[in-house]
Amino acid sequence: MSEKKSVGTVFFNGIIPENPTFRLVLGTCPTLAVTTSALNGLGMGAAATFVLVCSNIAISLLRKFIPDQVRIPAFIVVICTFVTMVQLLMKAFLPALDESLGIFIPLIVVNCIILARAEAFASKNGPVLSAADGLGMGIGFTLALTLMGAIRELIGNGSVFGFNLLGGSYEPMLLIVLASGGFLTFGLLMGLVNLAVKKFESKHADKEGQAA
Amino acid sequence: MSLRISTAPHMHNPLTTQRLMQYVCIALLPTAAWGVYAFGLPALLVLGISMAGSVLAEFVWQKIAKQPVRINDFSALVTGLILGLNLPATAPWWMVLIGAFFAVIIVKQLFGGLGDNFLNPALAARAVLLASWPVHMTASACVNPTFFQAGVDAVSTATPLGAPGSYTLMQLFLGQCPGAIGEVSKAAILVGLLFLLVTKVISWRIPVIMTASVFCCTLLIGGATPEAALAAVLSGGVLFGAVFMATDYVTSPITPWGQVIYAVGIGLIITLIRQFGSYPEGVTYGILLMNIATPLIDRLPRKIYGIKKEAKKA
Amino acid sequence: MSITEILLFMVSCILTHNFIFNRFLGCCPFLGVSSKVETSVSMGLAVTFVMTIASLFCWLIYNFLLIPLELTYMNTIAFILVIAALVQFVEMFLKKSSPTLYSALGIYLPLITTNCAVLGVATLNMNNNYGLLQSVLNGTFSALGFLLAIVLMAGVRERLESSKIPACMKGFPITLVSAGLMAVAFMGFNGLV
Repeated sequence: MSEKKSVGTVFFNGIIPENPTFRLVLGTCPTLAVTTSALNGLGMGAAATFVLVCSNIAISLLRKFIPDQVRIPAFIVVICTFVTMVQLLMKAFLPALDESLGIFIPLIVVNCIILARAEAFASKNGPVLSAADGLGMGIGFTLALTLMGAIRELIGNGSVFGFNLLGGSYEPMLLIVLASGGFLTFGLLMGLVNLAVKKFESKHADKEGQAA
Repeated sequence: MSLRISTAPHMHNPLTTQRLMQYVCIALLPTAAWGVYAFGLPALLVLGISMAGSVLAEFVWQKIAKQPVRINDFSALVTGLILGLNLPATAPWWMVLIGAFFAVIIVKQLFGGLGDNFLNPALAARAVLLASWPVHMTASACVNPTFFQAGVDAVSTATPLGAPGSYTLMQLFLGQCPGAIGEVSKAAILVGLLFLLVTKVISWRIPVIMTASVFCCTLLIGGATPEAALAAVLSGGVLFGAVFMATDYVTSPITPWGQVIYAVGIGLIITLIRQFGSYPEGVTYGILLMNIATPLIDRLPRKIYGIKKEAKKA
Repeated sequence: MSITEILLFMVSCILTHNFIFNRFLGCCPFLGVSSKVETSVSMGLAVTFVMTIASLFCWLIYNFLLIPLELTYMNTIAFILVIAALVQFVEMFLKKSSPTLYSALGIYLPLITTNCAVLGVATLNMNNNYGLLQSVLNGTFSALGFLLAIVLMAGVRERLESSKIPACMKGFPITLVSAGLMAVAFMGFNGLV
């Protein structure tokens, strides 16, 4: 970790190259559970991003004071503090969203993305870089959740963000918004992303080969 | 003909696969014929779309994946036929097509093609369709009215499972009752079973034990009279499932004892779902759930030891 | 609770409201530690162990500490600390008293702290206002449902090892699709209780 990293690279790293959902496969529970609609996906992503940025900054600032042996419990306490804040804020200002996300708001505490970034990044880097990392990862997570939510809402309900796109005669495929549809959509989408990345890389390699 | 293809470990000769599938097709013919006779032209359309869709899906996938195209092994055709026979004659064409593509591409080809799927493709597709469009899947209209006793509305009658006792055992046996295209005539299914037994395509073990298990579980759990238990066996898709779907080589256990556990388990789950579940019929789920348990059953020691574990799972 | 009620509750937790296939709790270990049947059995047992005692202790803390002190909004932080401490304690206890069990479960225990099934069951118990007995039973039975799911999954995955799965679907994608198909089959238990 000695080489200098720019804020920009760190930020974009989380969005595509190390997208927490599709590339690192972290935080699968909320990804599967709350993406029954685009709005739920966006709400969950935003909540997790807030916690991720705050906890990354806080842990980065505290990294010199936290003894190594108790760092995991310490990280969890920091994360939990922000999660409780989000939980109370949501209950107060967005009760409908809070209702539909339900138990998965308190469960942001054990979302492995947040602990993983605390352990792998924030505990080793300064606050500015950590904030960029948290924001990048958070936006990557949010994009993935919103995309999955939009796809599932479109197929399973005929709408995206509540706007009916497929007309009244469309008969929605209910399965996709049920539990099993979550697993299926996620698996197929990840397969497609893998395929796209592979195509992209092989094209890239071809170009480099020609240049050389 | 180029049949130089790699198959699953237990199917050494591609010609055997093709021949087996042809036999299964032949065995399904009486059932399909009765279905078309009883439900009319719509049934023929559903079967046709389902078979054409499955073969097309297999062809398209093998072209895209740059694999040798082997739709001539009849396996996609059998999947399509079984799926079609599992649907009501009123199923809309697009639903049948989605089911066919789901069965072939997602349940079979994504897992590596014939021999590598862990679930019966036609059944998994049926379960998906049932969860997605329950209204279309449970409709049992357009039955040839001449087959029904007077006083029963032939357009939208109650299925034998929805209203037990509304059909005599003979009517159930001959298939004079509504239901999915292929499951109604038990007589036609038994003809198919006989053919499969004579040609040694399947052994008696799974069909007989599974049917017996449904009978016994209905007696014991449902507290039914023997006659009602017999009606339970003859209602819905028990026989069709026992003969054509539970016996799928790829998704059933290989050891004799494993097959016993598997067949008993299916009967038990069917009865539990019929008695206590929210779905009227449990054959699809019974077979699928035991398909899932099959890899574990195959790991069991080859003695009665395994029975205990089974009891816990149910 | 009568025996019948307990039995029905068990069927509900294990089959109808399975933690994996119905509630999406504990998916990370379900996907991550399900490649071998033996290890998945160990993981499932460790989770069962921790979920049972975590349900007990979280219930006690919530009802005898947080409610009297009017600190119920601190439930998440209290529960996660209880769980982390419990896992640590269980690990030390097992190391001393039962080395065989420890060597079987050992590496999975730390992972359980961040298994959302554990925090999830404690939160569910609280949200549903379960009593002490029902909370503990909910912990045990839900964990048994997790055990069933992860062992079935491991069986299927061992089988997939020799399959000719397309390259882009290998690993997580095909595991997720398998889980989806298994969840479809588990829908058959809908309405059972």
